Amino acid sequence: MKPVFIGNLRKLAAFVAAASLLALSGCATTTTASAPNPNDPAEDFNRAMFAVNDVLDAAVLRPAAVVYDEATPLPVKAATGNFFGNLGELWVAANNLMQGHVEDAFSDLGRFFVNTTVGIGGAFDIASEVGLEKHSKDFGQTMGVWGADEGAYVFWPILGPRTARDTAGLIVDGIADPLWYYRDVPVRNSLLGVRLVDTRARLLPVDAIVEQASLDRYSYIRDSYLQMRRSSISGQGADGAADRPLPVFSPTP
Amino acid sequence: MKARIVSAFLLSLLMLCAPAFAQQGPDELVKNVTEEVLSIVRSDKDIQSGNAQKTNALIEQKVLPHFDFMHMTALALGRDWAKASPEQQKKLSSEFQALLVNTYSNALSTYKHQTINYKPFRMAANQTDALVRTEIRQPGGAPVQLDYRLEKQGNSWKVYDVIVGGISLVTNYRDTFAQEVRNAGIDGLIQSLAAKNKQIAAGRQK
Repeated sequence: MKPVFIGNLRKLAAFVAAASLLALSGCATTTTASAPNPNDPAEDFNRAMFAVNDVLDAAVLRPAAVVYDEATPLPVKAATGNFFGNLGELWVAANNLMQGHVEDAFSDLGRFFVNTTVGIGGAFDIASEVGLEKHSKDFGQTMGVWGADEGAYVFWPILGPRTARDTAGLIVDGIADPLWYYRDVPVRNSLLGVRLVDTRARLLPVDAIVEQASLDRYSYIRDSYLQMRRSSISGQGADGAADRPLPVFSPTP
Repeated sequence: MKARIVSAFLLSLLMLCAPAFAQQGPDELVKNVTEEVLSIVRSDKDIQSGNAQKTNALIEQKVLPHFDFMHMTALALGRDWAKASPEQQKKLSSEFQALLVNTYSNALSTYKHQTINYKPFRMAANQTDALVRTEIRQPGGAPVQLDYRLEKQGNSWKVYDVIVGGISLVTNYRDTFAQEVRNAGIDGLIQSLAAKNKQIAAGRQK
């Protein structure tokens, strides 16, 4: 019995040694092959959340958005988007003010008053037609303009891509969201649901494009998000970019 | 005989048009091409219902001549571009072109109720680099910026980047491409791009 046992022990030792060697070499290859992307230090976590989101989206949100998109006539969809946009208009104005865009802030205030009254509670975007352009501003962007670092990139299920800073911004945006203060809870929840589905429905055309355009959907979405946020803060969109000289590119950088 | 007369007529028409096109500035070029393509999309039921072959043909005819795909690919590859042989550069550029055409074709078929606004364009000091700015307005949503970067080559302007809502379609590939090259080399990237294009083509035949 004993020799067998010792033999087994030896085998075990050999196995452990081999396994730990493998594990070590495995570690070595993973660290060299995928050096962490400076834009995405939490990539493993994010990819896991991305997968969770895909499952949730395919099971619930996307089907609801498809039904909504197909069943709703365009004028109703436009009115829905306008209505929720109008609810957020004062917060857009506040953010424009905090970012130092006083003129835009007044334009947003004007939009709110015109659309709430003439536009029947925000269903019609009359303000755009008279030349008061719609802006999209949020608190994450405001903090960026103030100089806050964007922090690590995070992918949240349902909420989608954010940076650490924009996640904090999202919480403040939520506090400033008038919909959350509506007293009648069932009505409030239905409105929140409709808004979520409407927002998702607007992204339906993007799904197919991202699917086709990307070699890797995860990084395509991440890189798009980061580019979009950075340009909306540093350049303040194309409008701010107009003040800066155009860089000259050469074909071989 | 008839065909010959027709083709001679077409040729003379082309020659008439050529100098007119050569003269146009970057903003006029973008506007003319956009308006022409959109008017075709608006009147073509097949394209609206997502006929990819027809859409791709439209893009190849009307849009591609105004793009510089070598330049676009060079920008997307960044530092790795110089490491690629001329042969590899050619392959990369043609695969990247196919991918971008497929994407653009898909985006075009989702065009429905939007209107395009043309904004003042900007020119670099050397007069050979321009940023043409447009804006897509859509019912119920905030307008989306759609900008084009163009470079003057000889007498004509060529687009080398398209920027949608602050997202440069070309630089958006930088990280992914760099990752592919790091993992599998330039040839690995060419293979991934080719596989992606094949997959899109196969999905279309279903």
